[in-house]
Amino acid sequence: MYRYDEFDHAMVKDRVEQFRGQIARRMAGEMTEEQFRPLRLQNGLYLQLHAYMLRVAIPYGQLNAVQMRKLAHIARTYDKGYGHFTTRQNIQYNWPKLSQVADILDELASVEMHAIQTSGNCIRNTTADQYAGVTADEIEDPRIYAEIIRQWSTFHPEFTFLPRKFKIAVSGAVGADRAAVRFHDIGLFIVKNDAGEVGFEVWVGGGLGRTPMIGKKIRGFVAKADLLAYLEAVLRVYNMLGRRDNMYKARVKILVHETGTEEFTRLVEKEFEDTQGGALDLPAAEIDRIADYFQPPAYEALSDDPPALTARRFEDKGFNNWVRVNVARHKVAGYAIANISLKPVGVPPGDVTADQMDAVADIAETFSLGGIRVTHEQNLVLPDVRQDQLYDLWLALREQGLADANLDHIGDMICCPGLDYCSLANARSIPIAERISQRFADLDRQYDIGELRLKISGCINACGHHHVGHIGILGVDRKDQEYYQITLGGAPGEDAAIGTKVGAAFSAAEIVDAVETVVNTYLALRQPKERFIDTFRRVGDAPFKESLYDKAA
Amino acid sequence: MVQQVVTGNRLADGVVIYLGQDGGWTPKIDAARVAVDEDEAKLLEDIAKAAEKARMVVGPYLVEVTDAEGAVTPVRYRERLRAYGPSVHPEFGRADVPDHLRMGSEAEYVHMNGVAG
Repeated sequence: MYRYDEFDHAMVKDRVEQFRGQIARRMAGEMTEEQFRPLRLQNGLYLQLHAYMLRVAIPYGQLNAVQMRKLAHIARTYDKGYGHFTTRQNIQYNWPKLSQVADILDELASVEMHAIQTSGNCIRNTTADQYAGVTADEIEDPRIYAEIIRQWSTFHPEFTFLPRKFKIAVSGAVGADRAAVRFHDIGLFIVKNDAGEVGFEVWVGGGLGRTPMIGKKIRGFVAKADLLAYLEAVLRVYNMLGRRDNMYKARVKILVHETGTEEFTRLVEKEFEDTQGGALDLPAAEIDRIADYFQPPAYEALSDDPPALTARRFEDKGFNNWVRVNVARHKVAGYAIANISLKPVGVPPGDVTADQMDAVADIAETFSLGGIRVTHEQNLVLPDVRQDQLYDLWLALREQGLADANLDHIGDMICCPGLDYCSLANARSIPIAERISQRFADLDRQYDIGELRLKISGCINACGHHHVGHIGILGVDRKDQEYYQITLGGAPGEDAAIGTKVGAAFSAAEIVDAVETVVNTYLALRQPKERFIDTFRRVGDAPFKESLYDKAA
Repeated sequence: MVQQVVTGNRLADGVVIYLGQDGGWTPKIDAARVAVDEDEAKLLEDIAKAAEKARMVVGPYLVEVTDAEGAVTPVRYRERLRAYGPSVHPEFGRADVPDHLRMGSEAEYVHMNGVAG
């Protein structure tokens, strides 16, 4: 992974000391909250319902064991012994004290981490496919370009005060979008053109929130050398024309929608003409320099499906299920990508204790060449596991309560913090997730249901991505009572779709039964090998509405 | 008659606090000074604004409460969460919150009827 050079170290250290001084001035009364707020937000520090919340960036979701141990140490020393992995490959601490935040940032800096630009109207943490560099379906490793974008965007003076926050995602896979690329302000797919050159397909204006939109493809191919110039052109058009008078209409998706994709593209291309080939040219040597940080580790010469693995799978049903559901094919023979579900029954999705974080660090060193990834589905990934060690890995994870074999099933929910923690939320989401996970705790039942993406948000800002859930749940507040709307048919990936609301909201007491009714309706209607989303697309929402509402009428 | 208390977050650690009966700030809503009319509420607000300037509290505001069951209890559910802790990980709430007011048990039942004012 990328290692800080002396300038990076100095820059982050300086920033910590700068913020330490700002905190001291705030606490000494030399700054009002109004003056301090933008400064703390630029350092990832929010004031939430119960306490401060610190959001730490994990660029393109990559961690090493040393960093994970530091995150555990921070959770244990400065917080309440746990951390929360989010849908943007960040980690959040829910209870830090303002008076200790500079010390936390200092600890993070010691392992080349920070919280810069995890808030504010700037280019946020660039996310990437969690299987980057280890998956066989990849044209090139997207982390290289995510890192280049990180270096270009962090502290970019022109884009520090955009009309609204701005999010970029990169994927290098063919036919598989594991990073919800089309739901980002800019989504980049690494592609090959007819001449066999590798470049980028550019999508702009995707996003969720109160106006969910799938991004629009504005260019089929941008050469590698032009990547930053093209991104800068998009950002410049947005910065000039994006609305600042109405925060609800300030995202680039609204600009693209209101300007029209064709006209927006024309403006970007015009800007690009002026910028291309100038100071933002990205030389091949610089790409190679960054790529060197992402060189694959020294893999051993092994064969796929070793007899020891096959035998263990035959002997142990629980292990076989975990391999079948949570383990993905690695590009190198004899290795595997192991997913750690952070969705045990009854636990807030994405929450991990300090002890579990330490254990994952140890496990990553023992079984995964020290590498760990964080996914936008609030799970972890061990990218480089020898297939013949999968059983021992599974045993080690099971000891930590981290071997749930529910990836991409109904138990593997995305869920925002909701009203329990977030000052923007209207309803709680975690208790709903916990109750649904308890209702569907039986893994055999989950496997019978098959792939089902369920996502829960506690407010219209959609941090829980409910719009792109096969089943989405949105918490709303009606006269101080929690209600939950169901959307159906959303999808985050290569078959991107925005779900549609099925009808009136359900009370908190009713919502779990309603989810079960939706699932049972699907089970009654499905044809062989149909996933939930396939059946929904075939039959539409009418049968689901009927089972949810007509019977009750 | 609307009863109100003033709440905000403590600057140094973000903890939820209330303007107390003695003029100090307390994490215990039971110890909060309750305004029973608009004049008194305005007075509490003024004191809170002074405390904000004195950097004790961040973002103070008035919250409607009831003492129907012999305890000062926020009317709105959001404020009950703030007063008694999150409904998940109840151990993260304040240790001195009486069990019957803790939010954790409600996570299972999620029965909201009667909470609204």
